[in-house]
Amino acid sequence: MLKVLKYALMAGVIMTLTPQAMAETPADTLVIAKQIDDLISMDPAEAYELSGIEILANTYDRIMRFEPTDITKLVGGVAESVAVSEDGKTFTFKIRPGQKFASGNPVTAMDAAFSLQRVIKLEKTPVFLISQLGWNKDNIDKLVTAPDESTLQVTITENFAPSLVYALLSSVVGSVVDMKVAMEHQADGDFGYAWLKTNSAGSGAYSIKSWKPNEAVVLEANPNYRGGEAKLKRVVVRHIPEAAAQRLALEKGDVDIARNLTPDQVAGLAGNADVKVTSIPEALLYYIGLNVKQKELQDVRVRQALRYLVDYDGMVNSFLKGSQQVHQSFWASGFWASLDDNPYKLDPEKAKALLKEAGYPDGFSIDLDAPNFAPFTNMAQSVQSTMAQGGIKVNIISSEMKPLLTKYRARQHQMLMVYWGPDYMDPHTNADGFANNLDNSDAATKGKPLAWRNSWDAPEVSAMTAAAVRERDEGKRKQMYLDLQKKVMDEGPYIIMTQSTAQLAERANVKGYVQGSSSDVTYYNLTTK
Amino acid sequence: MTQADNTSTMTNGTANFAAEAARRAASFVASLALTFLGLTAVTFLISRLTKIDPVLAIVGDKASKEVYDKTYIALGLDQPLIMQYGAYLWRLLSGDFGVSVLTSQPVLSDLLRVFPATFELATIATIIGVAIGVPAGVLAGARKGRWPDHVVRVVGLFGYSVPVFWLGLVGLFVFYGKLDWVSGTGRLDVFYEDIVTSRTGVILIDAAIDGEWGIFANAFSHLILPAGILGYYSLAYIARMTRSFMIDQLSQEYVTAARIKGRSFWGAVWLHAFPNIMVPLITVIGLSYASLLEGAVLTETVFAWPGLGLYITRALFNSDMNAVLGGTVLVGAVFIGVNLFCDLLYKIFDPRLRNA
Repeated sequence: MLKVLKYALMAGVIMTLTPQAMAETPADTLVIAKQIDDLISMDPAEAYELSGIEILANTYDRIMRFEPTDITKLVGGVAESVAVSEDGKTFTFKIRPGQKFASGNPVTAMDAAFSLQRVIKLEKTPVFLISQLGWNKDNIDKLVTAPDESTLQVTITENFAPSLVYALLSSVVGSVVDMKVAMEHQADGDFGYAWLKTNSAGSGAYSIKSWKPNEAVVLEANPNYRGGEAKLKRVVVRHIPEAAAQRLALEKGDVDIARNLTPDQVAGLAGNADVKVTSIPEALLYYIGLNVKQKELQDVRVRQALRYLVDYDGMVNSFLKGSQQVHQSFWASGFWASLDDNPYKLDPEKAKALLKEAGYPDGFSIDLDAPNFAPFTNMAQSVQSTMAQGGIKVNIISSEMKPLLTKYRARQHQMLMVYWGPDYMDPHTNADGFANNLDNSDAATKGKPLAWRNSWDAPEVSAMTAAAVRERDEGKRKQMYLDLQKKVMDEGPYIIMTQSTAQLAERANVKGYVQGSSSDVTYYNLTTK
Repeated sequence: MTQADNTSTMTNGTANFAAEAARRAASFVASLALTFLGLTAVTFLISRLTKIDPVLAIVGDKASKEVYDKTYIALGLDQPLIMQYGAYLWRLLSGDFGVSVLTSQPVLSDLLRVFPATFELATIATIIGVAIGVPAGVLAGARKGRWPDHVVRVVGLFGYSVPVFWLGLVGLFVFYGKLDWVSGTGRLDVFYEDIVTSRTGVILIDAAIDGEWGIFANAFSHLILPAGILGYYSLAYIARMTRSFMIDQLSQEYVTAARIKGRSFWGAVWLHAFPNIMVPLITVIGLSYASLLEGAVLTETVFAWPGLGLYITRALFNSDMNAVLGGTVLVGAVFIGVNLFCDLLYKIFDPRLRNA
């Protein structure tokens, strides 16, 4: 009674105060509902979160790039052409003439060189992308130079395939920063880092107007963008954490695009003519790491058996429907050199036979760490029940992501379920993670690749990874990656299960919004409505 | 001789009074300082003992060892725990809350941004809670065991036991999705973003100062649903407490006496019993308000409300020490502030305390 009364009262107050509920977004503004609480920096030398990379793809142009108009082809961005020296180690880029930054300053080779140098000198997370080319603080000024305004010369000290070098220069660290603006804001020799964390100085389609953490990022069209000024003058990326609230806002027309809808919400949108949903395959892999430190997991037959105790099809056809597809090799389907065979199926009999052969006829019990949110919770439960069919008693430990990763990086898990996304569009990025571990000691000095985290001492596959990255013949290189994926699939300490599919929900009047397989190729500037 | 004596007594009296006031002030400041010291020490210790690597929050999972080590040292994590805490306190004393690693902004400016959002929500929620909860509680207490009592109890129980999260989503679905009576998530429509100058951070006040009544109305229609849901929650608590205070007072002899002297039943309730429950009631309302001011994580999540609860929670999960400690200090200050305010109100409502 009182409740009804109270709501009636509330409603009365609101009706008198709200002049008119506006059920559409401003005509010149694109409003995107998205979870952006991972955003911690807008500096291209530091940002390495999915939301950050996406914003930077729209605020900075890159040396090489997948253009908004064709995200399948890697072409010159700020650079219009490139020549490679005989030994394959020196790359000479010609800078496209007539480009301007949002500030009005001309884009020159000096800016491009400065941008690469500051990534190395600032030494933040994404530095590993280009430091693997043999660059460090002491040699970078010699190896990356700008002999004149339109020539950028880049020398690498490692034997890397040119296609890999281009892929790296098309990643976030290839963003070209306006040197004048950055240096105007320099403090304590930081190359403008403190200022660029929250501001932009690029020549991309937009520049950052404001960023209120956990609330919104507002972008403004850059009239100087080389691809032409964006049709929609403003983009507002609103942080709406709850998927159900995103769906409501989309249906009401308060946002133009919703990015984080769950499969059940997408299903609920069917039949709504105002909204269209598109599925976009992404490169994110969901897998279980098997720590080889664990006695039982040392036997390759046991690892094989476990791969036969996961119901891949069952999961993607039920609670993962539409949001994930089965994929079992370490390089996601739809990308160059991916291995698309998925030989493993749920087969308890085969698994039992393998376990018996390995000396575990009655199975064993084991821990599985998994993040405490969907879809991991459901996936862990599914794995628990199917593994029980082979006599494996799985004890699920769920936790927040950060403690989970801390445990993983300390190699204290037995089995651990998590996801992995590539760093750039070349299979080397994942080969380096899944199939490269030459120092299996606890105090390993070289990063913490997944092979190390799962204590997989793997000299043979590490050698294959090193050979593939050097191969300059595209055809041969592709075959090497296919072989490598097959080998890791059969012997490695992983159960790679699925690959994610983004579900993009847009208002029916939104046209031209570009979302590719990764944050690097998601572009706002061609959108109209 | 007498003259001199008098003067000295008078000086003594004034000096005593001044000394007494100074002593009180000093002990107040000392207890305040001790409270804050304890608060920061416990928070610091807990956050350092959790199994979260704070470096990971900054550099992410894929950083190289060099980058990791550099950040580890930059955060001072190589120092002994007591040194880290000392360094933090030292900076705090000079008014420096440090920089949040998650937002890249000074913690102080973060807090100045998120706290007004929570303040706005908590204040309206408390107003709703008091405006409905107190009369409902009085009614239930006065009509104990009869139908008004049962209705208030059921409504209250519902408010107390239904998860806020669910209530928020259903509220959004009905009042925003279907009926269109209120606006959706966030604090303002995109149309109105960045128009009023932020003076206080409380949009209702800022809009009123600028005379932007359209924005005021829009902010209010965004606010009313989350505030109503939080208000319902505090209403349930306030009504329940009011009821039991009321029952207690109505059984006292002075009420019977008033009735014998010819007061009507409701006259006795409102004019005699009600003033006597004011003091405990203020305590209850104060506590409920203070806990709302801490921020309500679930409500803020559902309504994409950029408030204190969400800020502190996210900082905790990522071991963002400066933000956690800054937030904790603020919450502590809020509790102390609300308590002081309640003390002030006691003096107004309880004649016995007026001269104390």
